[in-house]
Amino acid sequence: MQTVPDALFKSLADPTRRALFERLSREGEQTVRMLTDNSGVSQPAVSKHLGVLKHVGLVRARHTGRQTHYRAHPRALAPLVDWMSYYSRFWHDRFDRLEDFLKRMDQ
Amino acid sequence: MTPTRSLVIEKELPHAPEKVWRALTQGPLVKEWLMDNDFQPVVGHRFKFRSTPVPNWNGIIDSEVLVVEPNKKLSYSWGSFGLESVVVWTLTATEGGTLVRMEHSGFRSDQDAAYKGANYGWRKFIGNLERVVAGLQ
Repeated sequence: MQTVPDALFKSLADPTRRALFERLSREGEQTVRMLTDNSGVSQPAVSKHLGVLKHVGLVRARHTGRQTHYRAHPRALAPLVDWMSYYSRFWHDRFDRLEDFLKRMDQ
Repeated sequence: MTPTRSLVIEKELPHAPEKVWRALTQGPLVKEWLMDNDFQPVVGHRFKFRSTPVPNWNGIIDSEVLVVEPNKKLSYSWGSFGLESVVVWTLTATEGGTLVRMEHSGFRSDQDAAYKGANYGWRKFIGNLERVVAGLQ
């Protein structure tokens, strides 16, 4: 648990950022404009969200002229996968403890 | 990296639902097998689970009681690291005792999903994550 980076989780706690990341994962590299069109979110807002995702390594940026292209970098998700594995172990352990405790409650 | 498909644990235990319910809902009893807490079986009650702090984690889980159906169902939110997930305990009486089911998932769907008007919840994200990670290998 101690290795979990808070910033990664906080970046993904926002639904718009999760959607952006998912879209880049699914559809490949895109510009800010492409990501903004029909999104219902302003371009500055999309840029700001992309900045947060970039900061934690979930997306990478490439500049060509005045355009910035973003692509997903899913390897940065590793700590989140670790987190889910952590909770799997955690709850199996606690479930065993609950079972033991219920036996002791009889006595 | 092996992602966990689901955090569901289900087991039939040779104890009556009323007894299992006590172990799940009486603070001092919960401490015996889970964590120190100030839990109260009252919907809307906000409480904390406290475990030993470690580097980069204060050991605190921020929770709120979501469902209390005595001897049947208990649910609370489970907040840590800016992620709010949900734990649901379901008890079903059986001939030999109680079928105890624990689910830690169903990441609370967000109310403020703006992007593409989507209600883009954690559940979907976690589901997709598995595919994303599989693509790395």
